[in-house]
Amino acid sequence: MDIHSDHFTLFGLPIGFAIDRHALDRAYRALQSEVHPDRFVSAGAAEQRRAMQWATKANEAYRVLRDPLQRAIYLCALEGDDPKDERRTDMPQDFLMAQLEWRETLDAARDAKDRDALEGLRTELDARRAALVAEVHDAIDRDDDVAKASALVRQWLFVERFGEDVHAALDRDAASVA
Amino acid sequence: MALLQISEPGMAPAPHQRRLAVGIDLGTTNSLVATVRNGVAEALPDEEGRVLLPSAVRYRDDGTASIGHDALANRASDPRNTIVSVKRLMGRGRSEIGSDHEIARRYDLVDGRADESDQIRIATRAGIKSPVEVSAEILATLRQRAEDTLGDELVGAVITVPAYFDDAQRQATKDAARLAGLNVLRLLNEPTAAAVAYGLDNAVEGTYAVYDLGGGTFDLSILKLTKGVFEVLATGGDTALGGDDFDARLADLALESANIDRSTLDDAEHARLAAHARAAKEELSDALIVDVVFDAGGSRRHASVSRDAFARATADLVERTAVVARRTLRDAGLAAADVRGVVLVGGATRMPHVRTAVEALFGRAPLTDLDPDRVVALGAALQANALSGNRPAGSDDWLLLDVLPLSLGVETMGGLVEKIIARNSTIPVARAQEFTTFKDGQSAMAIHVVQGERELVSDCRSLARFELRGIPPMVAGAARIRVTYQVDADGLLSVTAEELATNVAAHVVVKPSYGLGDDEVARMLRESFDAADSDMRARALREQQVEAGRLVAATESALATDAALLDDAEVRTMRCQLDATRAAAAGGDHAAIKDAIDALARGTERFAALRMDAGVRRALAGKRLDEIV
Repeated sequence: MDIHSDHFTLFGLPIGFAIDRHALDRAYRALQSEVHPDRFVSAGAAEQRRAMQWATKANEAYRVLRDPLQRAIYLCALEGDDPKDERRTDMPQDFLMAQLEWRETLDAARDAKDRDALEGLRTELDARRAALVAEVHDAIDRDDDVAKASALVRQWLFVERFGEDVHAALDRDAASVA
Repeated sequence: MALLQISEPGMAPAPHQRRLAVGIDLGTTNSLVATVRNGVAEALPDEEGRVLLPSAVRYRDDGTASIGHDALANRASDPRNTIVSVKRLMGRGRSEIGSDHEIARRYDLVDGRADESDQIRIATRAGIKSPVEVSAEILATLRQRAEDTLGDELVGAVITVPAYFDDAQRQATKDAARLAGLNVLRLLNEPTAAAVAYGLDNAVEGTYAVYDLGGGTFDLSILKLTKGVFEVLATGGDTALGGDDFDARLADLALESANIDRSTLDDAEHARLAAHARAAKEELSDALIVDVVFDAGGSRRHASVSRDAFARATADLVERTAVVARRTLRDAGLAAADVRGVVLVGGATRMPHVRTAVEALFGRAPLTDLDPDRVVALGAALQANALSGNRPAGSDDWLLLDVLPLSLGVETMGGLVEKIIARNSTIPVARAQEFTTFKDGQSAMAIHVVQGERELVSDCRSLARFELRGIPPMVAGAARIRVTYQVDADGLLSVTAEELATNVAAHVVVKPSYGLGDDEVARMLRESFDAADSDMRARALREQQVEAGRLVAATESALATDAALLDDAEVRTMRCQLDATRAAAAGGDHAAIKDAIDALARGTERFAALRMDAGVRRALAGKRLDEIV
């Protein structure tokens, strides 16, 4: 294990989508306790630079691994199929149809200031996200099918971004009521 | 067992001598210095027993400055040469202050030359002063107080800044500390410092909020405390909201109730009214109604202001803090009910209606058992003590993990911002981005870095323009330039660039938008050298000797534990460099010492990397360094 190791190896964790959150938190704190620049304030410049590199790496790895979506993207990229590769835009037909319907529902609800419709949309997105998480989990940890996982993660990315639009619409609605 | 370490005669500090380090809270209204003595953090008083130093600097006729109580006492008679609340101007641009702004009315601001940065410059009778220089006077006064009290030079200081300070404001604070002759161990966020003082005192665990309403700034931080790790989950704030604004509202109320137009007051009367308004605000924390006596147009006036009227007149200010608190909770992914306690910091949190608002916001009474004026400095002192190597082994060990308060981005086509590093990222943090050239043979490019959450460049703060030079000539689009944005543990940004096809490191030239350039800081330091030439030369020599001693000690101690990581030849080379550094330090040539230090630093680079990697492996094997024999 060195500074160029993958994020899982860095924290001594098995590579996979399911993660032991307590082990991750423990390993992160143990590593930062060792390498954080605060530990090297009276060291030479070389050690200080090295400490900053290590602490930066630990923060980045922790940020990615503790977030399920970031972790899934990272795992796919690690296996050579980056879901954020812009050349990969293929989506299954039924998901494209669902996207169109969601967009229409959002636009209509926003125009009509229909809070119930917005809440309904949010519930539907939450359910879709939960289903995608379970599918990604199976694709990576059970089937070892990176291509399938990467395709699912692209859908998940859409759900996440669209969910932000729905949140923003709900916030605007709350602000106009208040 | 580790070998005993024996130092060269005359080089090492006496056994058990503590390395003197302090924490400084550089506040808008008041500043103070604290240190750890006998394991307890305490604020250091001046000769008259006063701990708080008013953050006021008055430039006298003879060009010297008076700082603190004396400056404040003379403010009314000399308002244009007495600078108060200078913290509000740190890292701000002249172009950001309109001519009708209160600051522009209070002082004579000068425009910089076109080739200078946009920082604020104030004309005083002692010459043109930047906020950095004014702040340096305050810091130097506290440094002197600490050295006089503790009887020796300081090895360094932790300086606190509002958590919501942007890069320019942080850099300005660090520059001020350098000008004041302080070695900055770390810039520490004020709410985090308060959490350290509170958390260590009470051995708490769980999620806490720190509500910090100072004289001129507001911060709200949410921290998770777990087994000695203080992890900031999210931070939010407003660097232009504080007790000063409440004072101004109270002055307005007094004028209104006495039916006086503000324009009838002269400079001195304004200054006196501001002072009386502050006193009245403090009185209203205990009394239900106060009398404000002031002069307007040469005649004495009376006004009475009730606590209720004051609360109504400032309700919007309090609501602004609540908006920040709600947004920060959401950033942390938490509800108010998840917070186990709210720590109050800053004198302005003594106002009863502020406390009521905090209680309503979090659904629980805030914790008020610490002095809100001192808690930040005490936390900073604890951290300074730990950073300077006085950290007691074992249970008192702790670690702070702080965050970047505002997103960093770069300008793209059409004046839009592309986010590079998101707010609330744990620091240190780095991101890389690749660019290519637009024209054949292009050898330079410019990157405009901004900070803020908005989508338009014009709505964010401009931090700096980085010019990359020395890109090898290639056809358009062939160069691949990787630009790395690194934010260090002080929350300060640096930018490096590399051409990937040829591995040429492009040269980065930084043009800060508001602060001082490196050469400007160097010039100021040089000028202060000239002012007291022999004195400063002696100081420079002493500083290099201390630095040499520090590096020699660190290297010796590293060799004593980890020499096995090196081969014999490497150990011999390092020992030669150690001898050379010791010999140079014994002489009186500070340039020669610096050369020896640089050579030793270069020689230990690989050793440092090896030691760090070994430390990491030990950490992850579940062992602590002190368990390894």
